[in-house]
Parts: sequence; C-alpha cells; structure tokens
Amino acid sequence: MNHLLIAPVVLPAIVAPFIIMVLRHHLSLQRIFSLACTVALLAITLILAVQAADGTVQVYELGNWPAPFGIVLVLDRLSALMLLLTSGLALAVVLYAIGSGWDARGRHFHALLQFQLMGILGAFLTGDAFNLFVFFEVLLIASYGLMIHGGGAKRLQAGVQYVVYNLLGSSLFLLALGTLYAVTGTLNMADLAVRVAELSPDDTALLRVGAVMLLLVFAIKAAVLPLHFWLPASYAYAPLPVAALFAIMTKVGAYAILRMYTLVFGPDVAATAGLVGDWLLPAAMLTLAVGALGVLGSREIGRLVAFGAITSMGTLLIAVALFTPQATAAALYYTVHSTLAAALLFLIADLVIERRGGAIIAQRPMAQTGLIATLFFVGAIAMAGMPPLSGFVGKLLVMDAARDHELVWYIWAVILAGSLITIIGLARAGSEIFWKSHDDSHIREAEPEIADDDTQVPPEEPAPNARALPFVACFALVGSLVLLTIFAGPMMDYTTATAAQLFDPNIYIDAVLRRAEQ
Amino acid sequence: MSLFLIAALPFLGALFPALLIRAGRNAAAASAGFTTFLAFVGLLLNAPAVLRGEVIQARLDWLPGLGLNTNFFLDGLGLLFAGLILGIGLLIILYARFYLSREDPMGQFYTYLLLFQGAMVGIVLSDNILLLLVFWELTSLSSFLLIGYWKHLPEGRQGARMALAVTGSGGLAMIAGMLILGHIVGSYDLTVILQHKEMIQASPLYLPALILILIGAFTKSAQFPFHFWLPHAMAAPTPVSAYLHSATMVKAGLFLMARMWPVLAGTPEWFYIVATTGLITMVLGAVIALFKDDLKALLAFSTVSHLGLITMLLGFGTKIAAVAAVFHIINHATFKAALFMSAGIIDHETHTRDIKRLGGLRFLMPITFTIALIACLSMAGLPPFNGFLSKEMMLEEAFHTSWMGSPYFIPGLAVFAALFSAAYSFRYIVHVFLGPKRHDYPAHPHDPGTGLWLAPAFLVFLVIAIGIGSNHIVGPLVSVAAGAVIGGELPYFSLKLWHGFTPALWMSLAAVTGGLLLLWLHPRLSKMWNAAPRPEAKVIFDSLLGTLTRASRGVTDALHNGSITRYSAIMVAFTIAISLYAYQSGVASEATRAVQQAGALPVIGWICLVSATGFIVLNHRNRLLALVLIGVVGLIVSLSFNYLSAPDLALTQISVEVVTIILMLLALNFLPKETPVESPLAIRARDAVIAIVAGTGVGGLIYALMTRDFSAPSISEFHLANSYKGGGGTNVVNVILVDFRGYDTFGEIIVLGIAALVIYALTEAILGSKVRAYLLNRKPDSPQDGDPHPLMMVVATRVMMPLALMVAAYIFFRGHNLPGGGFIAGLIAAIAMLMQYMASGFSWAAERQKVYYHGIIGSGVLIAAATGMGAWLAGQPFLTSAFGYLHWAPLEEFEWATAALFDLGVFLAVVGAVMLTLESLARLAWQPGMNSEHAMDINPARDDAAKLKEEV
Repeated sequence: MNHLLIAPVVLPAIVAPFIIMVLRHHLSLQRIFSLACTVALLAITLILAVQAADGTVQVYELGNWPAPFGIVLVLDRLSALMLLLTSGLALAVVLYAIGSGWDARGRHFHALLQFQLMGILGAFLTGDAFNLFVFFEVLLIASYGLMIHGGGAKRLQAGVQYVVYNLLGSSLFLLALGTLYAVTGTLNMADLAVRVAELSPDDTALLRVGAVMLLLVFAIKAAVLPLHFWLPASYAYAPLPVAALFAIMTKVGAYAILRMYTLVFGPDVAATAGLVGDWLLPAAMLTLAVGALGVLGSREIGRLVAFGAITSMGTLLIAVALFTPQATAAALYYTVHSTLAAALLFLIADLVIERRGGAIIAQRPMAQTGLIATLFFVGAIAMAGMPPLSGFVGKLLVMDAARDHELVWYIWAVILAGSLITIIGLARAGSEIFWKSHDDSHIREAEPEIADDDTQVPPEEPAPNARALPFVACFALVGSLVLLTIFAGPMMDYTTATAAQLFDPNIYIDAVLRRAEQ
Repeated sequence: MSLFLIAALPFLGALFPALLIRAGRNAAAASAGFTTFLAFVGLLLNAPAVLRGEVIQARLDWLPGLGLNTNFFLDGLGLLFAGLILGIGLLIILYARFYLSREDPMGQFYTYLLLFQGAMVGIVLSDNILLLLVFWELTSLSSFLLIGYWKHLPEGRQGARMALAVTGSGGLAMIAGMLILGHIVGSYDLTVILQHKEMIQASPLYLPALILILIGAFTKSAQFPFHFWLPHAMAAPTPVSAYLHSATMVKAGLFLMARMWPVLAGTPEWFYIVATTGLITMVLGAVIALFKDDLKALLAFSTVSHLGLITMLLGFGTKIAAVAAVFHIINHATFKAALFMSAGIIDHETHTRDIKRLGGLRFLMPITFTIALIACLSMAGLPPFNGFLSKEMMLEEAFHTSWMGSPYFIPGLAVFAALFSAAYSFRYIVHVFLGPKRHDYPAHPHDPGTGLWLAPAFLVFLVIAIGIGSNHIVGPLVSVAAGAVIGGELPYFSLKLWHGFTPALWMSLAAVTGGLLLLWLHPRLSKMWNAAPRPEAKVIFDSLLGTLTRASRGVTDALHNGSITRYSAIMVAFTIAISLYAYQSGVASEATRAVQQAGALPVIGWICLVSATGFIVLNHRNRLLALVLIGVVGLIVSLSFNYLSAPDLALTQISVEVVTIILMLLALNFLPKETPVESPLAIRARDAVIAIVAGTGVGGLIYALMTRDFSAPSISEFHLANSYKGGGGTNVVNVILVDFRGYDTFGEIIVLGIAALVIYALTEAILGSKVRAYLLNRKPDSPQDGDPHPLMMVVATRVMMPLALMVAAYIFFRGHNLPGGGFIAGLIAAIAMLMQYMASGFSWAAERQKVYYHGIIGSGVLIAAATGMGAWLAGQPFLTSAFGYLHWAPLEEFEWATAALFDLGVFLAVVGAVMLTLESLARLAWQPGMNSEHAMDINPARDDAAKLKEEV
C-alpha cells in the first residue's frame, strides 16, 4: 500500500498542531514551517499526479480495514488533479500572505491554513461518503477561522452568515447521508454505487431524496443559484489572500458533484435518473447570469471578484451539468483555469485595497500603479475568458461540449452574454481605479468601507510597497495561467482521460472493493 | 521567414519598448521600429512565392481535441493585409516618435502598439478560425489600451470602454458563428472551410452562422448601427487613430468578410444584409462627416463611410466588385492614414482641430497643405489619384446592381454618398488651408520637423504612384489578393485612369460637381443640420449602459441584501421543493417494518420533548429560558439513547450537553437578554410556514426510513462480527470510533481543535479592537448577587475535582470494551476543570493551570497522528491498530491496544478544546478589579478577613 496517499492529509495535520504547540509565538518560524509544508505538499501531490496519470486507481485502506467496512482513500486522475491544483494554489497564497504581512494580523493564520489544506486535500482523497462529511467539516471550520482572520465588524458579520449558512448545509449533509445509509446500508462510495445500481426499481423514492439532498449540499459549496448567497459577502470581506485560497473551495463542491454523480448516481443509473441535469443546468445558467450582473453592479473590488468567481462557477457547472465525457473534460480544464484566475484576481484586489481601499471610484494614484494595473488587466482577461489566456480556451471547450444539448442556444447565449457583461464590468472597474486616478478632476476621497475597524492594518506594518513577495505570488499565478494556455493540448489529453475514467466507474469500484481479486 | 516568426515578432517586440524606455525614447521607438521592420522584411521574403500564386503554410498543433491549432497561411489577401499592417505600422512608429510629447509614457505606447500590431497580423495570417478569434479579441483588448492611452482624458476612457464593449460583443457573437461554421464543415481550418461553399450554404445553420459572423465583422468595421464607437475612439492620440482607422482595426471586419467571401457570399441573404448595411453606412457616414467641425471627427465619419463602401462592394457578391473592394482597401489605407497624420500635424502645431478656428494654413504650413491636398483629392475621387480609380470601379458596379428589383436605388445612393464624400474632402482643404490667414490660432502654426511629415509624405507619394501607374505598382498585388478573395478565376479588370465615357464617369462627374455645390451651401446646410433633432449615438449607448449598470446593481443589491434569514429561507424552501420533486418522481415502496407499540416511558419522554420544543418556539426571545429548554431537549435525547440501548451515545450526548450549555451560558453573558423582533409579521409567518413544512418533511422522511429495511445487508454487521476479533474490543461503538472509522474521529478531533483555535483567534481579534473598551466598561444589566464565588460551591467543586478526574480515567480505560472512551472521558475531565473556573474564578484557576491549552490540543492531535503513523513501522496503513495482552507482576493480566493511545489523543484534544474555549470566553468577560488572589470572596479562615470586611 502506497503510504504517500495519506501524506497530503497527515503532513498538514502534524505541522499545524506543531505550529500551535511550539511555534505559537514565533511568526517567522511559523512562516518557514508553513511554507515548507506547502512546498512538500506540492511535491507530494505532483508525485501522486504522475502516479495517477497512467490510469491506475490506487486505494489506501485506513486501519487496514477492507472497503466498505473501513474508510478508504482513493487516488484516481480526478483526485490527483484536484490535489495538485490545491497545493499549487496554496503555495501562491502562502507566499502572498507572508509577503503582504496578512498572516501577522491575527492569531494562528498558518495553523489554520494548514488545517484548511488538510480538509480540502482530505475531501479530494476520500472514498467514503461519511468521511467526506468529516472533511467538509474540517475545511468549513478552518475556513471560518481564516475568513475572520484579522477581525473587524463587517468581516465578523459576514463570517457569522458564512458559518450559519454552511452549518445549514452541514445539517442537510447529515440528513442526506442518513437517508442514503438507511436505504443502502453502506457509506463507502464504491459500495454505494454497487448497491444503488442493484436497487429495486419499485423502491427509488427515498434514495432519490437522499441523492438530491446530497447534490444540494454540494451545490451550496459550489455556490449554485439560489444557494450561493453565502459567497459574495464572505469572499469580499474575508482577507483577500484567504479568498484566493477559497477559490478552490467552490471547486470542492463541483468535484463532489462530479464524483458522486458519475460514480454513484451516474447518468446510466435508472433510480436517480433526471435528478441532476433537469435543474442543475438552468440553475448553473442563472448562476452565471447573476454573477455577471454582480460583476457589473459591484461598488467594491473584492465583491466584484467574488461575483466573478460566481460567474466562473456558473460556466463550470454548465459543463458539469451536461454529464458527458466531453463536457466533463472541458469542465475540468475550466476548473483549473477558474481557480487560478479567481485567486489571481483576489490577490490583485488585495494589492489594490492595501494601497487605496476597495471602492471602485477614482482616487489618487497608488504605489506601483502601473504594475498593478498590468496585473489587473491580465487577471481581468483571464476572468472574463478573453484571449489569449486559458479562460478563452476553457470557454470554447465548454461551448463546444454543449453543442449537442437541446438547450445549446440558451447555453451559448448565456455564456457569451455573461462574458460581455463581465468584460464591461471589469473594464469599468479598471478604468475607474487605474485610469481615472490620473484625472485630477475626478478624484474623490475614499469612503470608509471595510476600513471601519482599527485591527486591520497594525500601525507597525511597513508600507506595502516595499515588498516583492506578493508580486512573486501574483506572477506565479499568471505564469501558471500562461502555461495552462500553452499546454492546453496535453492538459486536455489528461482531462479527457480523467473524464473517460469517471464515466467508466467500474475501474474505480473494482479497485476499491477488490473485485478483481475475488 | 517562417510565418510563426512573423506572427510572433510583434509580440516579442512588445517587450522591448516597455523595458528600453529607460534608455530613452529613441531607443524605445527604434526597438519597436526594428521588430516591425524585421517582420515586414520577413513578409516580403515570402512575397515572391505568394505573387506566383503559392500559399505558404505553417502548422502546429495546439489543442487538437477542440480543433484550435496554431495554423497560419499566407495567400494574396493575407499578404496584402499583413503588408498594410506592418508597412503602415512602420510609418506610424516613426510618426508617433515625434508626435507624442515628453509627458506621454512612450514605452507603454509602443508596447500597446506592437501588441495590437501582432494581433492584427495574427488575424490576417490565421488558417484556423478559432485562432483567428483569439487574435480578433486581442485586437479589441489592445485597442482598448491604445484608445484609452491618455487615461487622464474622460473621452479617452469612455471611448476605450465603448470600443471594447462594441467590438468585444461582436467578437463574442463571432465565437458562436465560428463554432457553428466549424461544426457545419467539420473543421476549423480556413483552408478546409473555404472549399465547402455548397455544404455551408445548404446547411440550415447557414443563416445563424452568417448573421453571427457578420455581427463580428460589422462591429469591428463600424458598420451601421454599430458605427458609433469609431468616432469616439478618436480620443486616442492621432498615431493610434491613423493606425486603427486607416489600415488595421476597422479593416479587420472587411478582411473577415473578404476572407469568408468564397463560402458565405453569393446568396440573397448575404447580398441583402451586407450590401444594404454597407450602403446605409456609406451614406450615413458621408453625410455626418460633412457637418463635423472636428478634423478627426470628420475623418472618422469619412472612414465609416468608406468602410461602408467597401462592405457594400463585398456585399454585391460579384467577382469584379470584390476586386474593386480589395483595391479600395489599399487606396483608402494610403490616403486615410496620410490624412489622419496631417490632422495630427495640424493639431500638434496649432493646438486645435476645430475647423471653425482654422483656415488659411496653406501659407503657414505648405508641406502639410500639399500632403493634405493630394490625400483629400484622392478621397474625393479625383484623377489622377488612386481614390479615383477604385471609386470609379465602385460606381460602375453600383450602376449594374439592382436592389429589390429597383435598378436606381443603389446607384442613386452611391452617387449621393460620393457627392457628400467629395464635399467633405473639399471642405477639409477649403476651410482649413484656403481662405485668408487668421490671427487667432491658439498657437503659431508652422510646418513640423521632418519626422512628422515624412510618413504622410511617403503615403501621398503612394497615392500618386498608384493613381498613375496602378497596373504596374499594385496590379499584381490586387490580382493575387482578389484571387484569394474570389477563390477562383479572376474576372478581367484593368486598373487605369481612363476607361472611356462610362456611366461611372458621369456619376463621378456629378458627384464632384455636386460636392462643390454642397460646399458652397455648407454654411446654410450646417445651420439646418445643427437645428434638426437627431439621435446621438453616444447618449443612447451611455444611457443603455447606464441602465444596464443600474439594473445589475439593483438586481444584485436586491438579491444579496445581507439578510441571513432570507438566505436561509430560500435555501430551505428550495431544498424542500427539490426533495419533494425527487420523491414524487420516484417510486415509493410499502413499509417493510411494523410499527412497534410505544410504552409509557417513551410516551412521557416524547411529550416532554414536544412540549419543550413548543416552549422554545413560544419563548425563544427570552434567551436564557430558551437555553434551559434546549437543555431539556438534550436531556430527553440522552435518555432516549439510553432507553434504546445506546449507552455510549447517551453518555456522549449528556456530557456534550453539559459542556455546551455551560459555554453558551457564558456566551449569553455578553448578549442582550431578549431577542428583539426584527422582521414584520408577514416574514415571520412565511418563515413559520417554511419551518413547519421542512420539519414535517424531515419527520416524514425519517419515519419512512425507519419503517423500511436496508436494501442490502448493512456494513454494521461486519463491525459487530469483527469488533473483538479484529479490533480487540467488545464495545463496538468505541471500536468503530477509534479503529474501524478512527480516521473520521481523527478528523473530528481536529474540527474540535480548530473550533477552539478559531474562538481564541476571534477573542484576540475582538480584544484588539474598539470592542475592548466596551467590554471593559460593561455594566451588568441586572443586579448581581454580590458573591460570585460562593464558599459552598468552591468547596464542593474542589472535592469533586479528583472524583471527577477519577471517573474520567475510569471511563477512559473501560472504553474499549464497555461504554466510555476518550471522547466522553475528555468531556468529563473538562467539566471537572470547568467547575473550578466557575466556582473559584478565572484568575485563581488560571494561576494554577500550568499547561497551555493550545499545547494540550496540539499534543492530542499529534498523539493521535503519531499512533496512526506508528502502523507504518509495521508496514501497515495509517491508523492500523494492534492489541495484545500483558502480564505485569502485581496486576492482573490486562489487554493493551494501540487504539487506547489514539483515544488518549482524542481525550487531550477534547479537554484542550473545551478549556481553550472557556478561557477565551472568560477573557472577554474580564474587567478591571476582578483579579483576586483568593478563591472565595468571603472566607472566614482567611487572615485578612477583618480587612476585607472593612472594605466591604
């Protein structure tokens, strides 16, 4: 058994308590350990991705109990991709948080960050539905801690909403799991798949309720309309480097939908037919539309990016909701792109806010305005899905995959109109923030937005313009987007293979339940 | 030179100016010029082969799965356009070096310009329509930067955003069109698509594809009704205008129509859409241009008009019209670039572009006058300049084209437009250069240095040369480019000045005469024009965009109003709806289990539960009471666990109840005693309905689940069978917690630990903010009893401390085989310590607390993790347990299991988490004067009792 499979969970689970116990009062040591752990995670996930690339499904039986009786970790192409994406993103976020001094504005930033990573990575690895719940809890509680990092009235208020809404989601998760267990008598995903497929056609109603409630839970995480309400305020008011990390959190929801609805409640399963596409596709289209309108209607840059993230989730979920191998391959490509793009834009928004506040109005030029404007332009191109960055490729892939769907015209119209509104909104924001600042007649003083709390910027902080590390993080993300664009071909080969693996769940089930050996 | 290199050179070159600007403006300009020159030379090296009729290709796979590949090809049309882009680009780079002032960041300018140039070259060289889309949108983006280059000017910013919105939206429509086109043919490669005319035109998707692609082309080429962005883009520096609006950006749409001509043209749809749009644009642009007083606006609308002309020619769908279109593209590029540059020179030297403030410049600026005169006469369509040639061809074609059966419609309007075209061209000369010298120029006008007039002079040289020797100079290029457009046999044509007394000549004559007449009438017409109401495109566009922005702001703010009540209501209602749908659309089976008779005890418990819940609903505004009632609910739940033979759950539940109620009591301390009524009755009624439906639904679901069996044997049977054999414990619940599903427990203790850390961090954040002052000065809102640490309680809790810890140890050790375990033990130990804090006060207890709670949590998680990792030493997976029996002399033989170590981790994490939470809450409650060295405020045994009495 390959012990490397558990490393992405165990490593941060050791480093975080170590930081709490020993390094509680040593910020610089915390930074070193946190950074080292993230780098190690990147290396580990890279190795795992290479291992998974050949199409084998690796299973790790915790406590040496065979599935479905114990908990298993499963590494297939999809998990490996998500793991790598997470740890790559985390590295940029850690660098940024250290460079910007955000990690010094409250307690336990690095410990919480490592726990957060542990939760996300664990959720991607697990092959057990209840264990998925546990890791959802880990990532939720850690994300709450990160979200309110630094304090401040608005942030705390948004944090309460975030945690209340997500606890509702968690309750629903438990209810869904209870239902599924009561119907099938198992919690292992592969075993669930087997039992659901064998379920009598005369007894589907309760299973359908459980399945759809599970989908709703994931839809909350993925911020699907009308379950997205938690997102705008919490992302906008969270420390933006944290929001950048949260770019992966919505993808956890999308991942879980993909996983459960290809493996367990797949398109061929009669018992749960018509539960997903029927409403998820229109909901995803609405998500895109509302997100785009939000981008145009935002008065504050953090909120603008948050709505941009919702828009990209709309596009992503359109592709997911089509449930064809081609669309799933496109969705996975878009997942990687939209995570990196949203994170990049959140970091850039933070650069802006640190220097001049987040309001989208003209103010005096800030330090390094040219460099930040360039970054914003690049990030906006990525987010709006304009060429030459990967967003455009991803959008084309999604549109191409929707071609044979009966709603193709609507899908295309929504995607394209959404892009247009996003472009207009981003152009407006960029022009107000970066261009109008050079026009003396328009400069207004900032109205205090989030700046109403005195905890946000401790006075002993050196001026933000002295630091290079935040820009290193931003350019690393830009670089990864460029690579994603240039190597779109090999990337699509990987995601196509991933989709093929997802739509042939028997490989997964055989590996987990060791059916080949029996 | 490879096509890849030609396409990439401008992009590579874009890096240099931005960097080299530090070495001076000449270095930046030279680097831009040098890369452009290289690309131009590279193109010319390929020219002989293309002129021989070869098509040069370069292919590289990018995303073959989608059909998006970096395939380039160079044919006549590509050569023509790439030549224009790079050639005029060179002239613009030269011109801009001398045009821009010291304040303008020149490095940025050249970088943007080269990015734009690269995008344009990419468009015209693409052999893949998806790749073409990439470059297409890139031109929108880079032109956005160029138009908004003077970011301090509101016109620049607005013009840039308008151009981006219009051309960007066209590009998006084109994406859909191209996807359809590629779908029809089955390939996105242009060279393939161009061979499938019949297949495309026979497809039912032909019309949607055509319309979508044309929207892209029309927006880019400023065709009616999308023409309005172009004049506003004039806010850009003049070199940008000269480049974008003569040779490049606006020609991209024409290029696309020409490129797609072989497969899209020739149908009635094409004719009526393209030719009509072109015609309207041509007339409209020409008329408006005459009445513009701003030199650049005049040129902008004349550009619109000429673009309409070319569009119309392409729309005719005849081969000879296509030849004329190609020829006019060349001619328009030359004279219009020269004119823009001349307008820029006038602006540069006189500091105004307002025709009304100019006049008589011919004496002051003879060189500029010569340049402008030649270019204008060409634009007016006078021989022997090149504009005359292509306009003759246009009129000839118009004369032969009937529209909806009317033979006069198109020729008539064409002459009308030509008339206005002549008029505004003459006006540019007459009102700016002729007439008396004035004395009120904003600046003293004089001819500029060579750097500024060299580029336009070269262009007017071309205007004359093409006009006189067209067959020799551009004949082969026109042939090969037109051949590429037509995609077949070239019709006979001859580029010469004198064709005899053709209808076109008479029409031309009429236009020129009429133009002179119009100019004479201009003052009067201008008054009428200005008095007449007419729609202002910018106002419409701005109000549209404003409405859209306000609407989206309204929708967004209304949707996301920050009310968590509403968010939750929507979520719950949506969940109910979808779950009901899922249930309805499935098949519900009959219940398989009989409902048992309820005894008296359960019924009493049930009544307690229901009435407690009911009271909570009624009294939830009294927070303390609600908490007490929640305690009742928890108690009943624990009892029912016990009744249903789940002692582990009962123990856990009851200790969790105690801890949470205590912690919540502490938290309540900071809150108002009553929950205020915040929402109106209607909303509360709505929420009540949702809550009742949801509750009923959940109840029904659980009832349904409990009255049915598993569909297959449950996995719990395995757990029951293997608990002792494989897990070494007879208490299955505990073995599940620490062994079968120890990984879940591992996660959950981390959740608990994180929760405590978060509460701690939150406390720190609050204590570091303004709230601290409020907390320090907080007054209790009801009278206190005056003895916060009563003697009896202090004594009792101290006595109980060792007892409770003993119980905890007992519960811990029996856990593996009998009800108990680390989790419950942890809670009990925590309660024991909690009591000390409650009874003896925070500071007293904290002084005696030597181990930091952070450390306890951390050590708990680490011990659990280390136990799990210990299995690796034995080559087993994480969390694999081992157990066996030990015999130590004085003791009985006893069992050991590594799971117990894991359980110790659980124990520590629980204790640490609870205590850290308590500590955090207590720190919030701390106020000056609360510190006491003594556990009890009143203690008769104390020596200082007397002193204390005095104080009291």
